[in-house]
Amino acid sequence: MSKTEIVKVENLKKYFPVEKSFLEKLLTRTRSFVRAVDGVTFSVRKGEFFTLAGESGCGKTTTGKLVLKLIPPTSGKVFFKDQEITKLRPEELRLLRRKMQIIFQDPYASFNPRMRIGDAVGHPLEIHGLASGAEKRKRVLAMLERVGLTPPEQFIELYPHQLSGGQRQRAAMARSLILEPEFIVADEPVSMIDVSLRTTIIDLMLDLKRELQLTYLFITHDLAVAKYISDRIAVMYLGKIVEMGDKEEIFSNPMHPYTQALLSAIPVPNPQRKREPIKLGGEVPSAIKIPTGCCFHPRCPFKKEICTEEEPELIPTAADHFVACNLIK
Amino acid sequence: MQKQLLTVENLTVEYWARRGKVRAVDNVSFSLGKTETLGVVGESGSGKSTLGLSLIRLVPPPGRIVNGHVWLEGIDLLKLREDEMRKVRGRKISFIFQDPMTSLNPVKKIGEHFVELIRTHEPKISDEEALQRAEKLLEDVGIQPERINDYPHQLSGGMRQRIMIALAIVLNPCIVIADEPTTALDVIVQAKILDLLKDVQNKYAMTLILITHDLSIAMERCDKILVMYAGHMVEHAYIKDIYRNPQHPYTQGLLRSIPNIELAEQKLEAIPGSPPDLLNLPKGCRFWPRCSSAMEICRKTEPKLIETEPGHFVRCFLYGDAKK
Amino acid sequence: MNRLGVKRSMLARIVPGMASLTKRGLAGWLVILGAAIVASIIIMTLVSPWISPYDPSTKGINVGKPLTPPNSQFPFGTNDLGQDMLSRVISGGGIMLQVALLSVVICLLVGVPLGLFSSYIGGVFDRTICLVMDSVYAFPGLILAIAIAAMLGRGVTNMALSIAAVYVPSYFRVIRSQVLSIKEMPYIEAAQSIGAKSRTILFNYILPNVVPSIVVVATVNFADAILTAAGLTFIGLGVEVDIPDWGWDLTNGRRLLPSGVWWVITFPGIFIILLALGFTLMGEGLSELLNPKLGE
Repeated sequence: MSKTEIVKVENLKKYFPVEKSFLEKLLTRTRSFVRAVDGVTFSVRKGEFFTLAGESGCGKTTTGKLVLKLIPPTSGKVFFKDQEITKLRPEELRLLRRKMQIIFQDPYASFNPRMRIGDAVGHPLEIHGLASGAEKRKRVLAMLERVGLTPPEQFIELYPHQLSGGQRQRAAMARSLILEPEFIVADEPVSMIDVSLRTTIIDLMLDLKRELQLTYLFITHDLAVAKYISDRIAVMYLGKIVEMGDKEEIFSNPMHPYTQALLSAIPVPNPQRKREPIKLGGEVPSAIKIPTGCCFHPRCPFKKEICTEEEPELIPTAADHFVACNLIK
Repeated sequence: MQKQLLTVENLTVEYWARRGKVRAVDNVSFSLGKTETLGVVGESGSGKSTLGLSLIRLVPPPGRIVNGHVWLEGIDLLKLREDEMRKVRGRKISFIFQDPMTSLNPVKKIGEHFVELIRTHEPKISDEEALQRAEKLLEDVGIQPERINDYPHQLSGGMRQRIMIALAIVLNPCIVIADEPTTALDVIVQAKILDLLKDVQNKYAMTLILITHDLSIAMERCDKILVMYAGHMVEHAYIKDIYRNPQHPYTQGLLRSIPNIELAEQKLEAIPGSPPDLLNLPKGCRFWPRCSSAMEICRKTEPKLIETEPGHFVRCFLYGDAKK
Repeated sequence: MNRLGVKRSMLARIVPGMASLTKRGLAGWLVILGAAIVASIIIMTLVSPWISPYDPSTKGINVGKPLTPPNSQFPFGTNDLGQDMLSRVISGGGIMLQVALLSVVICLLVGVPLGLFSSYIGGVFDRTICLVMDSVYAFPGLILAIAIAAMLGRGVTNMALSIAAVYVPSYFRVIRSQVLSIKEMPYIEAAQSIGAKSRTILFNYILPNVVPSIVVVATVNFADAILTAAGLTFIGLGVEVDIPDWGWDLTNGRRLLPSGVWWVITFPGIFIILLALGFTLMGEGLSELLNPKLGE
């Protein structure tokens, strides 16, 4: 791992067994799997905003959880600063939690409804034995202030249901940051928040990144937000990365047909836009029966024979631009 | 000037929450011509969904329409009896609900949904004829006609939404109201559904009211826009006018806060504060606590709607004389 | 923060919360009404030595002519031993309350941990326990209680044990279904992501959210225990004759009923129903209050 990489993922896979009905269990021997993440490789550089983008079901959220080892991988490796975390014992993993944190999509459901915000935000300190009592309270107040929940003395006493969605998400950030982590996975942090409030959360994330030297793995289906906030971006489809690279590169010169279709479908607040959204046939197939060869071929307008046979690899086409497509060599 | 198909005057919807009375929709007025598309834009609590439901008189209790008129082809829908209104629903004005996953009856086949709907309005029709019409519509919305024998769970989200659209147009209504039709869908499917709505609208010469929280969609796809905030209509204009000259600070704030992928460099600006609690509305203009241009008068009096240029209405003291 | 601490803090929150109950609509009033009934009966039982007009035990035999109908001297009449029924009714709730309370305590000590651990751990352990619980649950409650009480013998503790044995599966089921749904919530995942151990998650995140359901089951348990205790005494599996007890009066009163003596069975019966009703109302109201709040 180079000096600048903080997280590296190698050929990560996660297959979920499909629940069968009782009869099926009796009569059939085969097992089928949902291939949520199917061989993903990428690395995140220190201090950057790396986005995993894609539609629902593409495996981005599962990848995020795998990176934190919230769920165990089926195969593949995850490295955090040269340490392979897939092999860690529970005790070591718990220590790692101080360095790698997560912000969830649903700001309400990610808080224990019976715990006051102050207790919830301070709980990580208690768990790791870092502070308690007055010292803990001091740190919690400071963190609440940092994320913009002022006056902090007021917020510390409130229950989650007494906060608005935007405030809860700020509290979630406070909770994730109180351990002073280096790496944060943000799983669709603004998709459940009102449009007019999203910018405040996004700006907060950017400010905190600068102040605390954080690295973010940002997961989203909203490519407009991804364009605004990312440094590098990886587009996922059916558990694989189809295109990856520098944000500007990808948005100005998308090479994979899926990326092109995706970008053309994003609505733009401009009534005069002359846009022909690329029409993709069909719908996203089930992750249980992934097509052979290139997983995108059934819907690809440029499909050729080779696409049904060979699975394309991610190959570099420019300085920081990788594409997985059989027609691009 | 085209004769207006739909005219809404001072529509007000209230409901009693545990802690007090809430005006979900407060004196909304607008008019819409034939084949026009209106985008109703607002965030949570703005009242946009309630507005849509009130046009078709499906506001769930404890909500009630307490005031206003909804003129459709010369008849005030709010004055009709329930049985008369039932004849109008589906036939003259139809509604596409928000969540396709739960809006279809899971124990009925797709075909049965259509037959039931058609039969309600045309009791004499035979099963075969109804199914034939349904199959034709499925083709129109891009679904293979054989799927008419499927159950809802056998279809994907995008397909279910198409079925909802087909059900909404099968009786050839003149107005279709779509409440967040694409919120639950991915962006590629979303684009296809919106294109479909446009095609259907053109083919059947329908008027469309699109309710959404996504300003980008409204700007891209609609002719006119109505911006709602805390139950009030704060701005209403043709899209080109809003784009060229957004007047209400809320509209301006929204436009500055949504990321636009076509802009190379963009600095997003947030609107400070958060949408108000409808039970505890600020005195005066509902937006003043978040408004950078708030003046003394904004804190005391509610601004009235004024027409600043032809077809462009705004509710703000920054325009016109303050005491209009 | 141990289990007991959690319950104490929950209780500490409920008591001051009573004042705000009046603002919570019908459900709040149900709880207040139910609690008032229960509290009055408890207080009445506690001060009975001072307020009963006559001695309700065997020392008070023949204070009046046996089998007198209700009149001004004996508002509830007298029984066949000449004891004042009013005094017996005032003092007779003690056994039932003790049995009910003891059975609830046993259920909490057994059913709650079992429910928590079984559903959290899952796997074969969980499935075995479920099987056992479902089998017990399948029995008609009263019959099972009778069978166990018959084996154990008379006495307050044995009655409580037999009632508890019947009721533990209910606690188990309720807790288990709650835990299973809470386990899937993002805040549990959040707790894992900050490094919390399983024990911490179970006691600090899952248990506090399960407590409202426990409270509801406990109140229903109380009500049911009252009635089952009365039933057990009715069959003769209750306590000794000397202590004044509504259940005993029911048995006695039934014997006397065919001769037209209606007052011996009626008044204790009314109070049994009242006590059970009080708990049921509380349970209904609490169920309404505590559960919708989670969805608010």
